[in-house]
Amino acid sequence: MNNDWKPLCSLQVIKQRAFLLSKIREYFASQDVLEVETPILSSAGNTDININSFSAEKIKMDAEKSYLRTSPEFPLKRLLCSGIGDIFEIGKVFRKGEVSKTHNVEFSMLEWYKLNYDYHQLIQDVTRLLSYLFESFELSFSRINILSYNEAFIKYLKLDTNHTSLYKINSICRDNGYSGSPLTVDESLDFLFATQIQPELDKKQLTFITLYPISQAALSQINPDDNSTSLRFEVFFGGHELGNGYQELTNSDELLKRFEQDNKYRLAHNLPLITIDNHLISAMKKNMPNCSGIAMGLDRLLMILLGCKNISNVLTFNAENS
Amino acid sequence: MLLFDPLKIVGINMANVGINEFKNGMKLLINNEPWNITDVDMVKPGKGQAFTRIKIKNLKTGRVVDKTCKSTDKMQTADVMETDYQYLYADGEYFYFMHPETYEQIEASKEAVGDNAKWLIEESICTVTLFNEEPYVVAPPNFVNLKIIDTDPGLKGDTSGGGGKPATLEGGAVVQIPLFVQIDEVIKVDTRTGEYCSRVKD
Repeated sequence: MNNDWKPLCSLQVIKQRAFLLSKIREYFASQDVLEVETPILSSAGNTDININSFSAEKIKMDAEKSYLRTSPEFPLKRLLCSGIGDIFEIGKVFRKGEVSKTHNVEFSMLEWYKLNYDYHQLIQDVTRLLSYLFESFELSFSRINILSYNEAFIKYLKLDTNHTSLYKINSICRDNGYSGSPLTVDESLDFLFATQIQPELDKKQLTFITLYPISQAALSQINPDDNSTSLRFEVFFGGHELGNGYQELTNSDELLKRFEQDNKYRLAHNLPLITIDNHLISAMKKNMPNCSGIAMGLDRLLMILLGCKNISNVLTFNAENS
Repeated sequence: MLLFDPLKIVGINMANVGINEFKNGMKLLINNEPWNITDVDMVKPGKGQAFTRIKIKNLKTGRVVDKTCKSTDKMQTADVMETDYQYLYADGEYFYFMHPETYEQIEASKEAVGDNAKWLIEESICTVTLFNEEPYVVAPPNFVNLKIIDTDPGLKGDTSGGGGKPATLEGGAVVQIPLFVQIDEVIKVDTRTGEYCSRVKD
């Protein structure tokens, strides 16, 4: 008898997910943050070199194709530029090739933006939300750890990322179990962070890693106090990466430059070129408010709240049986 | 220790498979030896490079190794096939097997059979791993029945099975057997562990 049709998780987990969503909405309602919906299909895509998009047939005459969103970031920012105020969205996002015990190609994302917040204030906001959600599930954490990216490397690997060489960092990766093709500095940092640092972070407390290298700024602002780092942070709990936040870039020229740099890299590395979101460039040119925002993976959050080891334990159906 | 480097082992005519397509049970060619993938997982920072972690087992030695590569790396797959063959006989140099349906005969070298020679019984069905179409590993059935050709007489009447004694079997294997089991008796042995299971009554 073939049982592939059956849901992967129990009815209880399905109810706990519904409860989690209701608590998130309750939190944002109490703060007057407006829930919005934005398109899942778009004619423009995410140029990020480490994120692969699914593409689909075109949805307007003058486009070649469309993309399934990898986050709601671009339309949410267009809403911010229109003067909407604080907003959040809960929705499905899609990332090609991401399958593991903690990845599914489609997953639920919570993304929100707070006007006039710097990244420190957003870290406090993330802490308040998570502590509210943990309490709702009769769990708690007692404090938060905040470490800069470089401090984390010094603490866990005794490696000062400001004083290393491509050769040296590749050999550190090999000493720590890497055996693939040669890595760039950023790829080496990714390997060491994901395999040597992340599993060692405090399992019972929230950890925020801040001030990512400028080469990994994504769409965050350059740190005004040190232009080798960016105002980007990530939040971790129980060995899991939960969210990625920025004090947001507001300069449209810089935004376009970063999109074009990504596409240049894509061209050089045989990756598909991505149609740049010109609507976002225009919106940011017009009026991007000072704000901070974060995207959080809700499936992993639910895994943590329920003590599950595999993302499939919190999904009704996964990529294998959807 | 640097076991392999995907960039260096990429051949010209061989199938190169992206690591992101790896699945359990796929066979890889590393330093000219076939390895079986027994576990695959991905590690990926949300905004960073994806890495694939594989656990691989050497088909010959059984050695298990963990490896992590970029998910975009490619590696060579090994031409490996497992097929059941019936063991026929040995001529001192080669071991001869026959496919039970096509009657095609193959010869396996001493290296391929290795220590498993002692478990081979004529007409038994063995699993032959073909690597580049040549027998590479020969696995006997999980259980075989073999006659004891030598063991100490032991104490008559001791049926407690508490102790044990070594016994030499036809084919040359030496296994520990209970004290009450005697010469010329046929016993069932687990070939994976080399352990005695039971007496086989005629």
